Amino acid sequence: MQINIQRFDPDKDENPYMKTYTVDTSAFHGVMLLDALEYIKTALDDSLAIRRSCGGGVCGSDGMNVNGKNGLACQTLLKELPEKVTIYPMPGMPVIRDLVVDMSQFYQHYDSVEPYLQSDTSDLEAEQLQSEEDRAKLDGLYECIMCGCCTSACPSSWWNPDKFVGPQGLLTAARFVLDSRDDKRDERLENLSDKYRLYRCRGIFNCTNVCPKGLNPTAAIAELRVQQSEGYNEL
Amino acid sequence: MIAVKAFDAIVIGGGGAGLRAALALGDAGKKIAVISKVFPTRSHTVAAQGGINAALGNVQHDDDWRYHFYDTVLGSDFLGDQDAIEYMCKEAPRTIIELEHMGLPFSRDENGKIYQRAFGGQSRFFGKEPVKRTCAAADRTGHALLHTLYQQNVAKRTQFFNEWFVLDLVKNQHGAVVGVSAIDIVSGELCYFMARQTVLATGGAGRIYHSSTNAYICTGDGLAMAWRAGICLQDMEMWQFHPTGLYGSGILISEGTRGEGGRLLNSQGDYYMTKYSSMADLACRDIVARSSMEEIIHGRGCGPKKDHVLLDIRELSEETIAQKLPGITEISKIYAGIDPKQDPIPVVPTVHYLMGGIPTTPYGEVINHKNGKDEIVPGLFAAGECACVSVHGANRLGANSLLDIVVFGRAVGQRIQEVDNASQVQEASRTDIEAAFSAYYEMEERTEGDAFVSFREPMQRLMQDDFGVYREEEKMQKGLGSLQELRQNFHKSAYYKDKSSVFNTSRIEAFEMRNLLDVAVSTAQSALTRKESRGAHSRVDYPKRDDQNWLCHSIVHYDGGFEKRMVNNSPKEVEPVALKERH
Ligand SMILES: Cc1cc2nc3c(=O)[nH]c(=O)nc-3n(C[C@H](O)[C@H](O)[C@H](O)COP(=O)(O)OP(=O)(O)OC[C@H]3O[C@@H](n4cnc5c(N)ncnc54)[C@H](O)[C@@H]3O)c2cc1C
Repeated sequence: MQINIQRFDPDKDENPYMKTYTVDTSAFHGVMLLDALEYIKTALDDSLAIRRSCGGGVCGSDGMNVNGKNGLACQTLLKELPEKVTIYPMPGMPVIRDLVVDMSQFYQHYDSVEPYLQSDTSDLEAEQLQSEEDRAKLDGLYECIMCGCCTSACPSSWWNPDKFVGPQGLLTAARFVLDSRDDKRDERLENLSDKYRLYRCRGIFNCTNVCPKGLNPTAAIAELRVQQSEGYNEL
Repeated sequence: MIAVKAFDAIVIGGGGAGLRAALALGDAGKKIAVISKVFPTRSHTVAAQGGINAALGNVQHDDDWRYHFYDTVLGSDFLGDQDAIEYMCKEAPRTIIELEHMGLPFSRDENGKIYQRAFGGQSRFFGKEPVKRTCAAADRTGHALLHTLYQQNVAKRTQFFNEWFVLDLVKNQHGAVVGVSAIDIVSGELCYFMARQTVLATGGAGRIYHSSTNAYICTGDGLAMAWRAGICLQDMEMWQFHPTGLYGSGILISEGTRGEGGRLLNSQGDYYMTKYSSMADLACRDIVARSSMEEIIHGRGCGPKKDHVLLDIRELSEETIAQKLPGITEISKIYAGIDPKQDPIPVVPTVHYLMGGIPTTPYGEVINHKNGKDEIVPGLFAAGECACVSVHGANRLGANSLLDIVVFGRAVGQRIQEVDNASQVQEASRTDIEAAFSAYYEMEERTEGDAFVSFREPMQRLMQDDFGVYREEEKMQKGLGSLQELRQNFHKSAYYKDKSSVFNTSRIEAFEMRNLLDVAVSTAQSALTRKESRGAHSRVDYPKRDDQNWLCHSIVHYDGGFEKRMVNNSPKEVEPVALKERH
């Protein structure tokens, strides 16, 4: 199998370049692309930089662009890849080195939606009740692993990286707007009411197509818009 | 040039333990920093699945923390400290409610209360009846918990140093810990983090073994740092093998799967656990893991190599699978290529969790046990999987670790609030600081020798083969010798070729390798010395528990010394659990 990887070390390289590794997939244990990358790092080229942690699709470290599509290396089966694989860092984010990108802005957008439960309940001794139906509204929202695959695949995020919150941040906003225990719905909707933060989404489903957890940020964004149109008390 | 950053307290680790400690420290008004080698939500807590124990009594109203206490002591095979277990189990209900208020999206029951499921080793009325005590967010409880704690830290504006790697503890001439040496992974910059109080919350070390449910980053850094700084480690032979690691990749299939009704199956189609334990598939993990090994050893394993068993959930309802085990279905499909509704899941006992670690008081203060005496190490605390309070003893109950990390993460923060005194200046001399960077400089300057990665495979093989589910003197003796030699060679000759500064993962992994070797040696020393079988430590040559000689913690020192330390048998409010056999 031939794996082409975009390489870049800011201390050495003026520009990114492609490097080709010929990998014998029987030479190592494991069936995922991450296993092949680990093999490259240990056996062929120790200078390759990637992020990885759990290796099981829950920590969200190893997002990358594989043959034109964002995904997690630890969840990409080698046998489903063609003989020739081309890997770039996730687009739309500054490259730190090789496949490692700078996600600061992505995290800032996350922080900007106040991603924490805000409840006015004063009884802290007892659990807050939540019906099974209300809890079910969080399914498809809370499971996000913050890998960045969605935001990095979104043209609206590329054009307005500073102003558009992006699919990940908006999915998180929806997770709290829809939580029956949260008392800041109006403030949350107001926080997304300008022309950019929510409304730059063009509904093209790029985010949904790449989400490795099978979540649907586009639907979450649509839900936020419905909530917006249903009205809220302006502050 | 080494930069200096000063704080009242620093927390090493952004997993569940570290993040909970950070919240408590923030509440206490301390100037703190959390240092983590990965962005916090990428810590291994995120991978926890099944749940977190607390006697809330949402399903069976007469559940009580005292039953939880009893189960935990029994599960620990009496190696757990009963005062600490009492504290944890009593604090559990309040802790869960606190997490709920922080926003943790627990699954709910039909009354809108937190959903609780059955888990291994859990009972009511002191072992008489099974109980549903494990609070869960589907089978993604760790993810839900870690993200919630991170979110609370976003709300509190905690200062993070993410993608910074801590190298070693800085210790001054008075024996106090006064911060750490660290390297910024992104830039390569070195820094001395100066602090009056340092909290180690660096998690587990499963990567000393070849096959493990643990993340790549579980390399025992905090354990090794403490050990090298002259602090003892406790019960390092106590490694839990989880009965259901996915065959091949080692990815975990939660015990919650059996809690919901899944059963283990051998090649002859027998649901064999009923044969081994009255609790059948929900017996403690050490018991289930050994039972599966017995099946495999006696030729009843599955697959062409007869080297694994099967986990059968085909009889569970579609609804249970969809709502309570969605992650398991996803993992089976992606990593084993099977749909568990149609085919049983191939699983095998796999290294999962370290019960031992850095000994602490129930408030998280680090204890150095030397010459038969406990001494508190000034300025150092530990919580989470790297700590050994000890609430898990020789065998941890499933869903007690998430509880441990939150309860003791908080306790550490509160203790620091009580003991930290701003006027207490903790000086570090230039030499003290340089000592904590010396290994760094040595490796950095080495330009030839043996590639650091070449030490990984041999270490992992030795651990897997000689310190697995079953252990025996001769193999362990040889194993320890080889490990020591490996470690010596590493110190003499290991190097990394890439000396670049920006995001040099090779360099970081080399220092992780150094830590792994220390942890492996400490495990081997303890395992060889404990001549009995207790909990997860099963010796074929000493198959019985020996309370006469071994009802004690094992303490290992970096210089190879070994000591026994008393187990605490004095809970404050309840009668201690008396010794008995486990089934
Ligand atoms: C697959 C799996 C499933 C599990 N399921 C359950 C369950 O259902 N219930 C349960 O109770 N328990 C479960 N456990 C156990 C439990 O999840 C862990 O024991 C627990 O989460 C450990 O938390 P921690 O905060 O101690 O460490 P971690 O979450 O591992 O965090 C360690 C932190 O330390 C940092 N760190 C480490 N070394 C350094 C260094 N040198 N420099 C800087 N930072 C460093 C890391 O970046 C990380 O932030 C499971 C474990 C696994 C592996």
